[in-house]
Amino acid sequence: MNAPSSAPSSFPIAPLFALDTLWFQVAGTLCNLQCTHCFVSCSPTNHAHEMLTLTDVKRHLQEAEALGVKEYYFTGGEPFMNHEIFEILEETLRLGPVSVLTNGVLIRADTAARLKKLSDASEYSLDLRISIDGWDAATNDPIRGAGTFERILGGVRALASAGLNPVLTVTEACDGAGTEDGRARFLDFLRSIGLPQPRLKIMPLLRLGAEESRLRAYESWETLRDRELTEDEAGVLQCASCRMVTSKGVYVCPILIDSPDAKMGDTLRETMRPFPLRHQACFTCHETGFSCRT
Amino acid sequence: MYPSLGQGGAIPVTAVDLGSFRRIALFGGVYSNYLALERAIEIARSRGVDAMIALGDFGAFGPHPDRTVEILREAALPAIQGNYEESLSSGYTDPRDNAFAQISYDYTREKTAAAHKAWMATLPRHLRLTIAGKRLLLCHGSPRKINEFLWETATPRPFIAKLLADHAADLIVCTHTGLPWKRFTGPGRGVVNVGALGRPANDGRTNVWFAILEERGGDVAVELVSVDYDHPRLAREMRSEGLPKEFVETIETGWWTTCLEILPAKERARGRF
Repeated sequence: MNAPSSAPSSFPIAPLFALDTLWFQVAGTLCNLQCTHCFVSCSPTNHAHEMLTLTDVKRHLQEAEALGVKEYYFTGGEPFMNHEIFEILEETLRLGPVSVLTNGVLIRADTAARLKKLSDASEYSLDLRISIDGWDAATNDPIRGAGTFERILGGVRALASAGLNPVLTVTEACDGAGTEDGRARFLDFLRSIGLPQPRLKIMPLLRLGAEESRLRAYESWETLRDRELTEDEAGVLQCASCRMVTSKGVYVCPILIDSPDAKMGDTLRETMRPFPLRHQACFTCHETGFSCRT
Repeated sequence: MYPSLGQGGAIPVTAVDLGSFRRIALFGGVYSNYLALERAIEIARSRGVDAMIALGDFGAFGPHPDRTVEILREAALPAIQGNYEESLSSGYTDPRDNAFAQISYDYTREKTAAAHKAWMATLPRHLRLTIAGKRLLLCHGSPRKINEFLWETATPRPFIAKLLADHAADLIVCTHTGLPWKRFTGPGRGVVNVGALGRPANDGRTNVWFAILEERGGDVAVELVSVDYDHPRLAREMRSEGLPKEFVETIETGWWTTCLEILPAKERARGRF
């Protein structure tokens, strides 16, 4: 067994250049699904973070407006489980473009029509991002749950029919998704299900939460310990321009909401300072160039 | 005439102040569309502008990039650096660029004379001037980054207010997206994206765009001006230069065929692909 190093280790630091992107964990960690790769272990019973209320969101939007935030993202868990979601989206669309990350299975024609109306009433864009992890039920359902593939397609079609062309998000839990061929195959698949303008985001695995049991946790070498980043390298990290609001406070980014030391304050202004990249997920962001943004 | 501010990539974000004007023409990304540029200069002159200013991205996409640079330098148009000029003068390219961007860049780099590359290195990042007492800040992408996209549906009012405050300006004038738009947050305050002379605005029409800004009633009036030019000739030249058919298709049809994933939802929905 190795003796622990006596030299203190250092981590690179991500500055905050500007608060461009504000995330809301609007459904907390509550979700109608319980995907095996979820890095925040969302489920119908995970109350680690609770739903946000319209009042909560409005309070942060006031501060965001003053700070000149450029764009807004809503995620969870499943945002369409928040019964105030439409009011929340309407309020936010007054202030900037919005993206909603959803599993899509709760979206039918009526929801899609309501969303289209909100989009049309705003100067800004509204994006729906639907998660899928396979090309068919055999590849998708083991990750997202039995019967989810068909229900996801239902949500995709409902949005497309309403004129809201969704972005499909696929993680590398789907074998082969992370290659050039995998990407091309997914684009073809999206065209085949009736999306003439396919929009796709491929995400690397974040080895946290439920994903630790599905495949593996981070290994000790997956770290930015004792690494140095140039200003450009630090600048492209999402945490140089984003923060995440949950029911428990304001966190550095959407990935680390289960890490207590990733909470940076209770108001946005309190969090506008650099963040030391001590977490293993920071390694993934740096190595892959990943951002939770679309 | 314009102070040399050093090599591309290390230029500090200071702007050259051009003084005050009554009526100016602003040219967005030319993308080697020297035919549209010639036509735009004719139109601007016929409109009696005091100055014509080019906002970067002279090369890429189209044929014979040197012809565009020669026209700009002959006419001694004030100009700023776009991301293309920054790359060509520094040799740096974004490793995330896709295959089309790479083809475009390689062709332009090969066909651009060394003397023109050296001139590109001397261009400032920003220019400032006033119209009707309003402070205009001319930049390529955004005041803070040469390659930041300011799209109409993704540039909200509170963010515009922040940019204006941070950069001590009343009106930001930019290009880079290829889609012209404007948003005022108050009289003579806001953002104007002048579009591009280089290729159509993804609307199924073959014309391209530039902007005229002028003093009117004590305020700044913005007009987006359409340019019809010999697009069949440009298409022919692009073909004989062996440029990708996807680029030619955009010139001939007015629809974008590549780099669509960067578009926000609404801008994407307006296009054909």
